[in-house]
Amino acid sequence: MFGMAKELLRQLFKKPFTNLFPAKRAPGSVKDFLKAVGEGKKKLNPPVPVPEGYRGKIRYYRDKCIGCGLCTRVCPAEAVVLIPEEKKIRYHMSRCCFCAQCVEVCPVKALETTQEFLLADYKKS
Amino acid sequence: MKGQWCFMAEKETMRHGKQRLDTGAGRGDEETMQHAKGGTSFTISIGPVHPALKEPIQLDFEIEGEKVKNADLRLSQAHRGIEWIGTNRNPIQILYLAERICGICNVCHTLSFCRAVESIANIEVPPRAQYIRTVTAELERIHSHMLWAGVAAHELGFDSVMHYTWRAREKVLDTIEILTGNRVTKGMPTIGGVRRDFPEKHHKRILETVGFYKSIFGKLQDMLLHDPVIEARTRGIGVLKKEEALALCAVGPTARASGVKRDVRQDEPYAAYCDLGVRAITPKEVLGEVHGDVFDRIAVRLAEVAQSADIIEHCVRNIPEGKIVFEEKPIKVLAQLRGAQGEGIGRLEAPRGEVFHYVKMTGQEAPYAWKVKAPTYSNLLSILPMMREAQIADIPIIAASIDP
Ligand code: SF4
Ligand code: SF4
Repeated sequence: MFGMAKELLRQLFKKPFTNLFPAKRAPGSVKDFLKAVGEGKKKLNPPVPVPEGYRGKIRYYRDKCIGCGLCTRVCPAEAVVLIPEEKKIRYHMSRCCFCAQCVEVCPVKALETTQEFLLADYKKS
Repeated sequence: MKGQWCFMAEKETMRHGKQRLDTGAGRGDEETMQHAKGGTSFTISIGPVHPALKEPIQLDFEIEGEKVKNADLRLSQAHRGIEWIGTNRNPIQILYLAERICGICNVCHTLSFCRAVESIANIEVPPRAQYIRTVTAELERIHSHMLWAGVAAHELGFDSVMHYTWRAREKVLDTIEILTGNRVTKGMPTIGGVRRDFPEKHHKRILETVGFYKSIFGKLQDMLLHDPVIEARTRGIGVLKKEEALALCAVGPTARASGVKRDVRQDEPYAAYCDLGVRAITPKEVLGEVHGDVFDRIAVRLAEVAQSADIIEHCVRNIPEGKIVFEEKPIKVLAQLRGAQGEGIGRLEAPRGEVFHYVKMTGQEAPYAWKVKAPTYSNLLSILPMMREAQIADIPIIAASIDP
């Protein structure tokens, strides 16, 4: 009984558990804030480390690719498309579901996963 | 969501109010009196958008006063066409499609599909892969039950418990992220094995996570089972009798909370469960008696968190050495599957109950047919007897108690 009440009281004196927002308080203007950070007047909270082997955005090394098309055969989201005349592929990040199956299948390691996860943007390209 | 209930009820009274105006003042008063005494009943429907959790179902309640007299269910409000998409893709691609049937129990769906395909093509899965599959599935069970405990507390209006359980859930999510490369969609099982190994350095992390859940287990029980308010809101609410559970083919924790000893891990062991001897948990083992109410469902799910922790610990300590997949190159797997013909099923115990996948291959690259039965589908009908004679205020927690 009263298990939760005890826990709540304990929480009052603990550090917040959630990951911190980059700025300590929400700035009035993000632009000004970033400028102040650039000038070294304000500090950002450090980002949360991403574990090794995280399946983030896929990086494509165009020069390594031999155009075998294996990645297009296993990609569940049709996010990699083969361009037959160039013997290269095109990677559409907005379709990708980050399963990394293409990375596993590529014989020459032309694709790799990165730790990049902030992918929201206004433009698709 | 509560807002939605109120809104619906309000609309209903507004309609009645309008009728009153139409029929003249005298009659209207009579009607109001009747309402106050609980004489007339009316029907309100809830859903199909977000009735309790996210499943698109529509519930029609016949309400008399504050009591639910009868409940009915309308299904098939959303068609995702996943099975049809599957029949246009090859099995490696379907893995990730199956993963997206259910966000929370994604390993179960992928694994179930893999087992169906493996049984068609007679693929032998290496023992190490079986253990890794088991550990991932059990981590998922902890994740799902902790999430559910939070949702249940939220439906009861006890948000501090929700935040506590969800904070505790972070631990298993972080571990899953380290092991599989993503917090929720794990992408672990593949046809004939698993995609990633658990190296030695991660064993410590898994054991630490398991230890964490064991250490907070007492506290969780204290918060959810020994709290007088939660007990008052859930004891005797949403009762599903054992006979009803059997007749309506309930599965998973919903059936077990009614005293049905049904668990695929016990009845038809797969993966590493053959070596483990898992026993179905009913409230009898936890509390000593079976009521089949919401309280029992909370107790069973909490006990299953501890059970999963034990299973994971055992598996990590006794994991055999060897390969993690029967054939490393996915393209070769596809080539082998192209020759496969026949039908196969994959059954396994997801956090919510039994998942069932049926696959038919006819020597083409894409399967000829693919049928999925998710556990909530089996459990939905059991909502109806639970709702009978319930208070309106108890509808959310009853609907959430089957973990839809
Ligand atoms: S990560 Fe998956 S979805 Fe994305 S391009 Fe590779 S195979 Fe396709
Ligand atoms: S599998 Fe690798 S080499 Fe082949 S087309 Fe794709 S990226 Fe290029």
